[in-house]
Amino acid sequence: MDLISFRDLSKEEVEDYFARAEAMDKQLESGNVEKLEGIVATMFFEPSTRTKLSFQSAAERLGLQIVDFVGETSSLKKGESFEDTIKTVDGYADIIVLRHPLEGSARVAAEFAKAPVANGGDGGNQHPSQTLLDLYTLKKMKGDIGALNVHLVGDLKHARTMRSLLYGLAMFGAKVKLVAPAGLEMARDAIADVKEKFGVEVEETDVIDFKGADVVYVCRIQEERFEDKYEAMSVKKKFTIKPEYLQGVKEDMIILHPLPKIDEIPPEVDKSKYARYFEQAKNGIPMRMAIMKKMLSSAQQSQCEAKRAKPGTALASHCEKKPKVSKMMEGE
Amino acid sequence: MAITVDTINQGTVVDHIQQGMGIRVMELLGIDKNYPHRVALVMNVISKKSGKKDIVKIEGILVSEEKTDALALISPNATVNHIQDGKVVKKKKAELPEKMEGVGKCPNPNCISNHQDVLSRFALDGEEYRCGYCERKFRASELV
Repeated sequence: MDLISFRDLSKEEVEDYFARAEAMDKQLESGNVEKLEGIVATMFFEPSTRTKLSFQSAAERLGLQIVDFVGETSSLKKGESFEDTIKTVDGYADIIVLRHPLEGSARVAAEFAKAPVANGGDGGNQHPSQTLLDLYTLKKMKGDIGALNVHLVGDLKHARTMRSLLYGLAMFGAKVKLVAPAGLEMARDAIADVKEKFGVEVEETDVIDFKGADVVYVCRIQEERFEDKYEAMSVKKKFTIKPEYLQGVKEDMIILHPLPKIDEIPPEVDKSKYARYFEQAKNGIPMRMAIMKKMLSSAQQSQCEAKRAKPGTALASHCEKKPKVSKMMEGE
Repeated sequence: MAITVDTINQGTVVDHIQQGMGIRVMELLGIDKNYPHRVALVMNVISKKSGKKDIVKIEGILVSEEKTDALALISPNATVNHIQDGKVVKKKKAELPEKMEGVGKCPNPNCISNHQDVLSRFALDGEEYRCGYCERKFRASELV
């Protein structure tokens, strides 16, 4: 079982992830986290702090061991192919978490590897674990995702989190407003896709007006995307979430952000009741624990089934029961 | 002045090719200078239906159904005729296939299929094709 693209998931599967993350949340809260056995390889061919740390922290909390592959100093520098790298690491780990600048890299890695692959971001394409944690955050904070009016704000062209999130929100029937400066709008095919597939309402504008919004999800305007630096500055200024933008908004509106944020949210807004992005980031832990636990139990089930199909092969003890839980640890 | 092209005994005639696309048809079918049998490309043939068309005659191979459908990417009205003993034994119109593997190339330069030795993969999604790797959608004509 891999996690490559949000497009591969049904609504039922996403809800199953919510339930699993909720169970992880309860275990974290109680201090009793079921310990698993296994090794997670984190392979980040692009810089990442949050996603990598979040996966590693989640793995540690599950009692899993981590082997870290650093793209810049690895055998890739010696000219090793992506295929060889994946196949080699596959022999070292039970789960591979991959971030790579090429779109579709996680899909290809999953075909090369026997171990389950979690896509930690493939170019501008997908970031499914981020979308799962974003939706889980919305469910926890706001309840029914389908009843929400969500504004996605910022560089919607280059942010893969926004592309995945639009798909996820549409899956649940949320009303989405895309707020982006000219030239940084969401890709046409991504909008047409969700309208066609889910029949949802998607509005597009470059005017910031948060009145009526339940959720404002902000991402950074990347200055380096602009040739004209003056234009970059004025767009950045306009798309900075100023305190005056929050006048007249719904009392229970929330502001989310995939982080890291730079200067698109000023300290006054940071301190406001609307800012909930650090709680959002924290939800990455239970969700990524849920993802890895599901991956391990699914891989184990496949191994047991393969053994059952071979008469005379001794079944491992965990094949009698489904989850690969070695012991219950207390006091985490 | 009429141009006469020999009939073929065993092989394939691709007819109703969009004017100017005959060379692309040959490329897609893998016909190049090393092909050992007779091949004829006739361009700008007068056609009642389309004004002008191209025709390709290839001796020695029967073009598969999969390749026939792939021809629709560059020439939607192309028809493929299988010839045996000088007679047409099978005729098929090219139709956009639901799925393609190893046919066409993803136009996205950042797609892994353009950097790794993997077979290209596309699936029809609405009126366009979605790449099986980068998940972007393209018009059929962009893939070849």
